[in-house]
Amino acid sequence: MRYSVYDAGSRHYPLPHELLSMDDLYRDYILEHYKRPRNFGELEPHDLEALEHNPLCGDELGVHIRVVNDRIEDIRFHGHGCAISQASASIASEELKGMTLDEVGKLDADWMIELLGIPVSATRRKCALLNLKVVRGAVTGDHDWPA
Amino acid sequence: MPPVAENDVFMETPSGTGCPPAVRADFPIFSRSSGGSDAQPPRALVYLDSAASSQKPEVVIEAMAEHLRRHNANVHRGVYALAQEADAAYDRARELVAAFVGGEPRTTIFTKNATESINLVAYAWGRANVSAGDAVLITQMEHHANIVPWQVLCRERGAQLRYLEVDEHGELSLDQLDAELARGDVKLLAFAHVSNVLGTINPVAEMAARARAAGAVTLVDGAQAVPQMPVDLAAMGVDFYAWTGHKAVGPTGVGVLHGRRELLEAMEPFLTGGDMIASVDFQQATWNELPYKFEAGTPPIAEAVGLGAAVQYLEGLGMERVRAHEQGLTAYMLERLAEVPGLRVVGPPTAERRGGLASFTVEGIHPHDVAELVDRAGVCIRAGHHCAQPLMRCLGVGATARASVGVYNDQSDIDALVSALQAGREVFGL
Repeated sequence: MRYSVYDAGSRHYPLPHELLSMDDLYRDYILEHYKRPRNFGELEPHDLEALEHNPLCGDELGVHIRVVNDRIEDIRFHGHGCAISQASASIASEELKGMTLDEVGKLDADWMIELLGIPVSATRRKCALLNLKVVRGAVTGDHDWPA
Repeated sequence: MPPVAENDVFMETPSGTGCPPAVRADFPIFSRSSGGSDAQPPRALVYLDSAASSQKPEVVIEAMAEHLRRHNANVHRGVYALAQEADAAYDRARELVAAFVGGEPRTTIFTKNATESINLVAYAWGRANVSAGDAVLITQMEHHANIVPWQVLCRERGAQLRYLEVDEHGELSLDQLDAELARGDVKLLAFAHVSNVLGTINPVAEMAARARAAGAVTLVDGAQAVPQMPVDLAAMGVDFYAWTGHKAVGPTGVGVLHGRRELLEAMEPFLTGGDMIASVDFQQATWNELPYKFEAGTPPIAEAVGLGAAVQYLEGLGMERVRAHEQGLTAYMLERLAEVPGLRVVGPPTAERRGGLASFTVEGIHPHDVAELVDRAGVCIRAGHHCAQPLMRCLGVGATARASVGVYNDQSDIDALVSALQAGREVFGL
């Protein structure tokens, strides 16, 4: 019997074309958010902040959050990263405004991936989730997410 | 046995970058494609990531398989014939590996990888020889493997860790080296033979001679150098030289440390246990002779055999020719990359002072996206900080994309990279 980690029946390792083709990943709106990110910069004064690194690539993303009545009144991201991490921060920033801190604490990876609307490979998942990691870190103090 | 007749290798062309069909055919991985779908037909594999890990020729794969099939037993303990075959294969591998870089079998230690080789020196030599008030001198272009062990050592011993700077051409300054050594506190100078990010080929012999004159010990990280150029330990005059098998067409799981005999003999073991002892009493033990003193536990036997076959293979190609081939290819790569708008290469401007790689940024596209975009055309390159975050800060970039060549690459691989980069710019509307 031949042993292979790629055998069907063991874990399914998707082939590249199953994950993405060119237009799937770099859709127009993704590139639009990458080139002209919403809510980027510093926010002074702010009530909450956090800074996270993507250890794989050295990218960093920070967030400033202003809170009024337990709701995110305003939010700004800063740092540098790839199209996926920048676009996901930009797209998420629009949704995060107005959310209660409780709601933010309950956001999960699926929320972000669905919001992004593109198939994200295992390697790029960290890029896509970096902004939620930093926002959750700022709001809940839990910097270990996603475990 | 050299796998191909010498005259067939690397067809002679003015640039020295002739397509090496015979060499490429030695590497079975190139018979596969790199994916494909309805929208995109399967593409030939364009592998430009040899600085991370090289591909393996059939002779290496077969040598390991054959060892496991027919000669497998533990080494150093068996009296039966099969165990003696395993012993002989392991010893032979060490002889081949030592000879490949002008070293001696007795002072050639098999480790897990270059990182372990450097850690061995940091622990076994460093703990006994570096104390408060001393300095360890390294460079800004080091891989984390040649930074972190020294950070830990210096913190533990209260010693100072200082850095030689990298100039705008990605080179070190011998004047700064002299000035640092003149301070009189440098116990160890550790640096890369070839930078894994900049490609810079450092003047090892000159640097080692200066260190020796100042009473400092030298450790050279040769992980990038050994696979692509002739390395002669005796001529370079370094005290420790570390490298790894998997970048030199050998398997993962085996690295090498060469050390000056007096130093190795004076050192206490790094790891302890079986194989590295002469005798063990209830309370104490005495150490085995070199090189076994530094090879605790069952070593990577099949991997060493594979590495022996790997260096034999490279020897068959001829390392002078390998260097000429990769230098020519690097020159071609620098020339072609210059055609891509917004692309900036870091490191030495010409291929003469540069190993077979180019790290670059493309304006308007993050390096991760660059790597993802060229992968669509079957081109494998690396993106990130390349385990050299301090250097990235010096260069003022968070990450770069890096294309690196091996013996099996030719100009068509570079052409594929450049076309893919051009296409990637279009996707990004540039």
